[in-house]
Amino acid sequence: MPTKLEWEHLRASIATLEGGGATGTTDAATLGVETVDAALPWGGLPRGCLHEVQPSRHGDGIEDGAAVAFAAFALARLGQPGGQPLLWIAAGDEPYAPGLAALGLPPDQLVVVRAWKPAQALWALEEALRCPALGGVLAEIWRLDLTGARRLQLAARNSGVAALLLNRGEAIGSAATRWRVGPQPSNAAPGEGVGPWRWRLDLLRCRGLAGDDRGAVAGWDVEWDDETRGLRLAAAAGNRAAEPVLRPRLAAG
Amino acid sequence: MAAADASAVLPGLELVPADGEADRDVLERLAEWCSHYTPWAAADPWEEGTEGGGLWLDVSGCAHLFGGEDAMLAHLCRRLRRLGFAARAAMADTPGAAWAWARFGDRDARCLPPGEQRAALAPLPVACLRLAPAITETLSGLGLRRVDDLFGMPRAGLAARFGRQVAQRLDQALGHEGEAISPRRPPPSHAVHAAFAEPIARPEDVAEAVRRLLERLCGQLDDQHLGLRRLEVAIFRVDASARDIAIGTSRPSRDPVHLLRLLAEDLPRLDPGFGIEQIRLAALEVAPQEAEQPGLGGGGDVRRAEDFARLLDSLGNRLGFDAVQRHCPRQSHVPEQAVARCRSNAPMPAAAWPWQRRPLRLFPRPEPVEAVAPVPDSPPLMFRWRDRSHRVVRADSAERIAAEWWRHDRPERDYYVVEDHLGRRFWLFREGLYGGAVPPRWYVHGLFP
Repeated sequence: MPTKLEWEHLRASIATLEGGGATGTTDAATLGVETVDAALPWGGLPRGCLHEVQPSRHGDGIEDGAAVAFAAFALARLGQPGGQPLLWIAAGDEPYAPGLAALGLPPDQLVVVRAWKPAQALWALEEALRCPALGGVLAEIWRLDLTGARRLQLAARNSGVAALLLNRGEAIGSAATRWRVGPQPSNAAPGEGVGPWRWRLDLLRCRGLAGDDRGAVAGWDVEWDDETRGLRLAAAAGNRAAEPVLRPRLAAG
Repeated sequence: MAAADASAVLPGLELVPADGEADRDVLERLAEWCSHYTPWAAADPWEEGTEGGGLWLDVSGCAHLFGGEDAMLAHLCRRLRRLGFAARAAMADTPGAAWAWARFGDRDARCLPPGEQRAALAPLPVACLRLAPAITETLSGLGLRRVDDLFGMPRAGLAARFGRQVAQRLDQALGHEGEAISPRRPPPSHAVHAAFAEPIARPEDVAEAVRRLLERLCGQLDDQHLGLRRLEVAIFRVDASARDIAIGTSRPSRDPVHLLRLLAEDLPRLDPGFGIEQIRLAALEVAPQEAEQPGLGGGGDVRRAEDFARLLDSLGNRLGFDAVQRHCPRQSHVPEQAVARCRSNAPMPAAAWPWQRRPLRLFPRPEPVEAVAPVPDSPPLMFRWRDRSHRVVRADSAERIAAEWWRHDRPERDYYVVEDHLGRRFWLFREGLYGGAVPPRWYVHGLFP
């Protein structure tokens, strides 16, 4: 039986061959929620890698803001320690700056690039991943083939810039982490209006961790905290049936 | 002479209909080509009756590059003859005198010595003053056939009879009144050019020539602490045509490597044709750029800022500088107006973002929905958007946003943050109030996280 030291050595050399550095030595940006950070081998989102964020599909085609919001929040965390500039490559709608500011992403740190064609967006993404001065890049992509994904991964590894991909197409194999974000009803008593944002966060794939039979590595219900301007784990909802806020007034007379 | 008379005199005469547009195009292209003699070149188009049709070139300070004024004129005429044009050229202190001397002057002495216009123009006919043909006829009918006949005439009489034109043209030719030639384009502040003994056409040669010229230009700018904002590369081909490309940067730069990389994408678009004779690099826009002193720590911050600026340049040149922007807050409570877009290198205003509940995505145009809501101002109970129904489970109370006080036609909007049964959150608004003459309408304006 090989000794423990040999196992570690083997793991480290495999990780170097795979790219992305050995776990624990790559610089990572924490997400601010201890349970989520502890579940990731790097202690946070590793830099120099690709990360995928998929929206959850409800079958009615209406986009929801949960996936974009989580990606924006992760981008903000990537840019936080040093205040490095961040890039948002928008191929369709642009984000609304006051909404970004409310999620903790200062719009002064952000440069928004509008690319009208998917090929231009991919070119801009590759250019951005070659610039080591950036903190992180967020891009919306629809179709990325194997060679394109590999080029992006190599560029990210060389420069140390993390890329968050809002992937509306098929999943990429070379991403370090893959997330799925879906909306959840907020926890507020009737009559209080809409409570803090609440999402269902699923870690579908993570390099170095195995998934369970449901297809996800781990899942959490997270909630936005206005005071700390960060995420926290959501308290489990009680067994309350959701009620509409107002009852229709009965016609008088 | 009528066409019939002409073909009677010479039987085999070929008649071609006059094409004013094509003639003007040829003159413009020739003027563009002559801009390698001097950047101050303009075309003088044909006008009715006058013997126009030529090129203006302001060569102050350029003649020494070609070995003197006479040599420059001879070079120009030789080149034009090789291209198939029969040309006459003259050089003088004033545009008017040069025009007159080119058409009516002595063939041997092409360059008028400075200050000699009066003596040189005196024996020439009045038509050399660029007057309308009617005026020239009247003057010769009155016995004023040469320019020196006009020298002694009282100005008041001339002006009363012919208007200002005669006196003005005379003064312009003699230099008493100024006349400006507008060049086709404003001349650049810094330019370098290289002429080749043999025309070049291979892309590698063109790239190498551009690289050497760029280093020279950047050296010039370095001495004056200037940086490039817009650079133009113009090639002049053997068939007397010119092509050019231009690049821009977001921050002033005089780094040849960076500029060459920005040019590398567009250089293959310059078609060398049969060969390139001259290449000119011109700085169309420059800005002061101080030499940056790297810190004692090894210059990490400076290098990072330069890397970022290079990325923005690269993105801006390919996608357009309007596609690379930052968002600045604008003082407006109307949601669509609250964000201004500024260029990525502009300094950010110090205003802070207002702390309100605002959506993450704002639709550029609000989309109409059908909503059911209790009157008068409660949040909707359900709404139908893009053929899907949403049942509202939670909703905030209304936020009233009125249009600016000077706009009387826009009704007020009541905005609601609503959450549907799946947890998706929308920003709906109702435009108008219930109970008025016009029924209010509901729209969805944005999506919340």
